[in-house]
Amino acid sequence: MATTKRTIEVELSTTGLDAQGRPRRTPLLATEGGQAVALDAPPGIEPDLEGEHMLINIGPQHPATHGVLRLVLELDGETVVRCIPHIGYLHCGFEKIGEYRQYNQIIPWTDREDYLNSPGNNVAFALGAERLFGIEITERCKVLRVIAMELSRIISHLVWLGTTAIDIGAYTPFLWLFQERERVYLLLESWIGARLTTSLTRVGGMGADIPDGWTEGLRHFVTTFPRTIDEVDAMLTRNAIWVGRTIGLSALSPEQAVNYGLSGPMLRAAGVAYDVRKDFPYLDYETYDFDVPVGSTGDVYDRYLVRLEEIRQSVRILEQALERLPDGPVNVDDPRVILPPKHKAMSDMESMIHHFKQVMEGPRPPIGEAYVAVESPKGEKGYYMVSDGTSKPVRWRIRPPSFVNLSAIPMLVEGHLLSDVIAINASIDIVMGEIDR
Amino acid sequence: MSERFQPVVVGRGVPDAAAPVSPKHVPHQGGAMNASVDALRTTFGDAIVRADVVWGETTVIVDPSRVLEVIRFLHDDPAQQYDYLSDVTAVEYRDLERPLEVVWHLRSLPMRRFLRLKALLPKGTPLAVPSVYEIYRGANWLERECFDMFGIEFTGHPDLRRLLMWEGYKEGHPLRKDFPLRGRFSRSEQLRQALAANPEARYSMEELSIADAFADLPADIRHRLAGGEATGE
Repeated sequence: MATTKRTIEVELSTTGLDAQGRPRRTPLLATEGGQAVALDAPPGIEPDLEGEHMLINIGPQHPATHGVLRLVLELDGETVVRCIPHIGYLHCGFEKIGEYRQYNQIIPWTDREDYLNSPGNNVAFALGAERLFGIEITERCKVLRVIAMELSRIISHLVWLGTTAIDIGAYTPFLWLFQERERVYLLLESWIGARLTTSLTRVGGMGADIPDGWTEGLRHFVTTFPRTIDEVDAMLTRNAIWVGRTIGLSALSPEQAVNYGLSGPMLRAAGVAYDVRKDFPYLDYETYDFDVPVGSTGDVYDRYLVRLEEIRQSVRILEQALERLPDGPVNVDDPRVILPPKHKAMSDMESMIHHFKQVMEGPRPPIGEAYVAVESPKGEKGYYMVSDGTSKPVRWRIRPPSFVNLSAIPMLVEGHLLSDVIAINASIDIVMGEIDR
Repeated sequence: MSERFQPVVVGRGVPDAAAPVSPKHVPHQGGAMNASVDALRTTFGDAIVRADVVWGETTVIVDPSRVLEVIRFLHDDPAQQYDYLSDVTAVEYRDLERPLEVVWHLRSLPMRRFLRLKALLPKGTPLAVPSVYEIYRGANWLERECFDMFGIEFTGHPDLRRLLMWEGYKEGHPLRKDFPLRGRFSRSEQLRQALAANPEARYSMEELSIADAFADLPADIRHRLAGGEATGE
């Protein structure tokens, strides 16, 4: 086999087996200059690699792509000249399925898109549906939802930090952070009965009120958890390897970040203080005292700093939410959307009718449309729902933040080294369940 | 260098007087209209078909042929500054007589405004609207997804091809109302197509043209590449 200019594509499309079914090997021989050439290469001919661009494929089953993302890279030596991303391997048609489901039946689907942030998605969807129904939720429900959203922001950032640290070469933070994540999952499990796919909310309220003593568990968590974050901070923030691999990597200008539609920590790291909780608030976020961390250069290191600080700010919000958690009902008093208690449905005629109508027909919002966006850990997560007056939405659109953030990856990785592609991709914080839906 | 290790924390903990608050008791119809609508009406006149407020959000229905002008004005005008494109999507109603709607969700981050633009595309007309990629780079994948799911053509998009479905997907556009939930083809036909697919064809024409595998390609693909074809997995 002669050594001509070869590419990955040709390499992969050959079967690799000889006529006897054994793996084909190309014996190598060192020349006088010390360079290895194939034995059967014509004498005097050495491969000329100058100027040749290489095609390399990462994914869709590569662990460092954080899901079934596939990147096709054009390399000049080790430098990325062009990046062509491919997505859709996890496409399940959530939006189509939503058109065949009642509003409360869609909530389990929201668990499964951004599965690191299930409680946050549940709350976001419920807020959108309540706008469409014209429902005002109770004060206790608002505070419980803030607790749910901030807890899910913390666990999502913990997974991000742990897996990114692995990608860049530090294994220990992953173990520390997943221990803390486990504590949040135990809290969620004792609240709603599920850990990952929580289905925490209902239109007009919550699936369940918190059990007795739950706030003590959360208080214990928010007082002890920041120590772990401080440890990770001490381990990574001034770590020479971490700093060397992240500073100056894929820096962005604020104008670029806004124009590419980036949101969340990606946008804030570039210096734009856009946080949906502050700029288009919901759930009375304007009454909580918290800060919005922003970066200065938009590089991978700034994204790390911003996320680390956001975890601390979430702890602050949780402390305030625990202070103000009021007593009272969790669900609204509206028989259109909230099921009556079981004993009344079996004994009281009116309650039975409400129960029957809700289960068999489903609640019907008036004709209208609503786009409700929340600040998910990845960025601006929007739910756009259109109702034609029936019990199922005409259109349920998810605006996935990591979809838009990922769409900028060709611009982010161009000109960087192949090994930095992994760090940049990790810094976007993608969840393919949300991108492909 | 030491401040490099700290994020800049914006001290917006204490809300200022102009800080927005969470919407409460939002009326179904009516309410304050987005201030940009007046500017749009004076600038574009007839191109603004209708504007109404539903659940506190202003929707402006724009003549499809002038969408690009309107969005460019909203982006460039210093009094509007809609610098952020949240979303591009489409809506088809169950009433198949109703026109398809293309929806843009725009935000002005400096002015803290939110505006929904719509263009109605009646059935039977070509489903095409101008692409806003030149104004917002973020529109790239949003428009590709909308094209993939609804078959709406965004004219002027530099790389309009399927995004979530694969390149050779033959069943049409999944989010259209005439597309059945379980797919257009039977399970056996879907299986047949999957088995007949060429698993070696993992790279698009564009990608194959990157490396100089050109000489090793079959003659017909070489011919297609030479003709400038850029897609096709």
